[in-house]
Amino acid sequence: MLKQLQSTLNWRGFVAIFGFFLIWYLACILELPGFAEMANPLEVIQMFVREYAHDDHYWLSWVTSFQRVLYGFLFAQLFGIPLGLLFGTNEKFRNLFFPVFELLRPIPPLAWVPMSILFWPTNESSIIFITFIGAFFIIVINVFDGVRDIKREHLWLALSLGAPRRVIFMRIMLPSVIPSIAVGMTLGIAITWDVVIAAEMIASDSGLGRLTWEGYVSSTPEVLVIGMISIGLAGYLSTKVVNTIERKMMPWRRVKR
Amino acid sequence: MAEGEALSTSEVHGTKSDNAGIWLDKVSKSFSSPDAGKIQVFQELSVNFEPNKLHVVMGASGCGKSTLGYLLAGFISPDQGNVGLGPNAVRKPGPERLLVFQETALWPWMTVLDNVIFGPKVRGDADAREAKDAAQTLLRKFGLAEFADKYPDQLSGGMKRRAEIAQALINRPEVMILDEPFRGLDVMTREILQEYYLDLFEETRQTTVFITSELEEALFLADKIYIMGDQPAQILDIIDVDLPRPRDFEVTVSKKYLEYKEQAIELLFQSEES
Repeated sequence: MLKQLQSTLNWRGFVAIFGFFLIWYLACILELPGFAEMANPLEVIQMFVREYAHDDHYWLSWVTSFQRVLYGFLFAQLFGIPLGLLFGTNEKFRNLFFPVFELLRPIPPLAWVPMSILFWPTNESSIIFITFIGAFFIIVINVFDGVRDIKREHLWLALSLGAPRRVIFMRIMLPSVIPSIAVGMTLGIAITWDVVIAAEMIASDSGLGRLTWEGYVSSTPEVLVIGMISIGLAGYLSTKVVNTIERKMMPWRRVKR
Repeated sequence: MAEGEALSTSEVHGTKSDNAGIWLDKVSKSFSSPDAGKIQVFQELSVNFEPNKLHVVMGASGCGKSTLGYLLAGFISPDQGNVGLGPNAVRKPGPERLLVFQETALWPWMTVLDNVIFGPKVRGDADAREAKDAAQTLLRKFGLAEFADKYPDQLSGGMKRRAEIAQALINRPEVMILDEPFRGLDVMTREILQEYYLDLFEETRQTTVFITSELEEALFLADKIYIMGDQPAQILDIIDVDLPRPRDFEVTVSKKYLEYKEQAIELLFQSEES
């Protein structure tokens, strides 16, 4: 990861980042329009070091949000991948259930919030459900597309070599859709963070989203900025982890001639 | 059981089943496309490819050459008529009729070795070690020994083609069907592979249907050239290429070769006009 950072950050990058903080700082000091209420970077750092770096409550927000993302994401994979495979391989099943799926798909995840709160017994389960919804539809559609894009030559070759159905499914069809599953994972992890943060702001008393919202409500702009940066970092870390898993899933993609 | 049946029938016909030709008998096939409606690709087409010969099917692109290959391999079934190998009609794909595809069909997620041993392994023909030994012998012969553990995307175009031929040959098919296998390769690689395939054929005399749109390739390789016309697809003419074997590229400057070439060009022009 350090190597990756080095390759994306050359001296121009450092100058730009430094410039960004400098402009932010100056804008706050000079009280440019809109910046009067803002915390400047030094204040944010001071606040973080003094009150948050050693604060259990703050780190618990990380854990809480990560847990929600993890559960939502995993359940979305767990149900989404088989459903996508079924849509792709079983025509009767597709004819029966795909219309219902397409009916529900355009509903934005956050529109599920009120119903989810009514339906699920605990607040936690309703937030996980909303997060699940965020990734679920994307994953199903990607896997479904992946099955439809399987090269017929790949299947024909296996058929003519005498492979039984089970082998064709396990060794030809599944590996064929792994790249699509990976695309679904990349998009899925990004959207689960989107959804979890919004859901926490609306309907929760914990997590990084809530922390950020509290910064606004309690008029402590430093907290708001700490929350935003934390969310950005959390999303970045999750994406890195997912990318690593994807590379492990597709060893043949790593190699270059 | 099925094999026993095949044997007894072939005895009646007086041919050995491992020596059998592959044929189409009054095959009709149409496809429907959204823009053009129903297209009759084949109309009662009958072709017979003899055993142990290298047949080249030649025609302009879009004349139904690939469809012919897919029918022979059993990937698609005729609307009417029969496709057969030796005395038996065939309806499904099978390891006795293997097709090498126009664009690579190696599975990118398997190493070259896993690609090659897939057939024997899934059919349980050989235990894992036997299959692996056979594959490695074949790969060595094909100059791919060092690439056994590489993935297909790490191979050059010419190496992929060789790996695919190995992937088919390890199953000891009775018939090899090659659908423009060297298309898209650079001229050098192409010529090397043509010579390579020719050597292989002259060594094994494996019944081959080789589909191409290149006249020079056809003349260099073929025992017989089937000139194919379209709408509906038909065999316009068959040229017996009586050039001595084993051949090498010197044959392409011989007088006889040039005569065949002239004859073929004339036939191709006629087919364009008609």
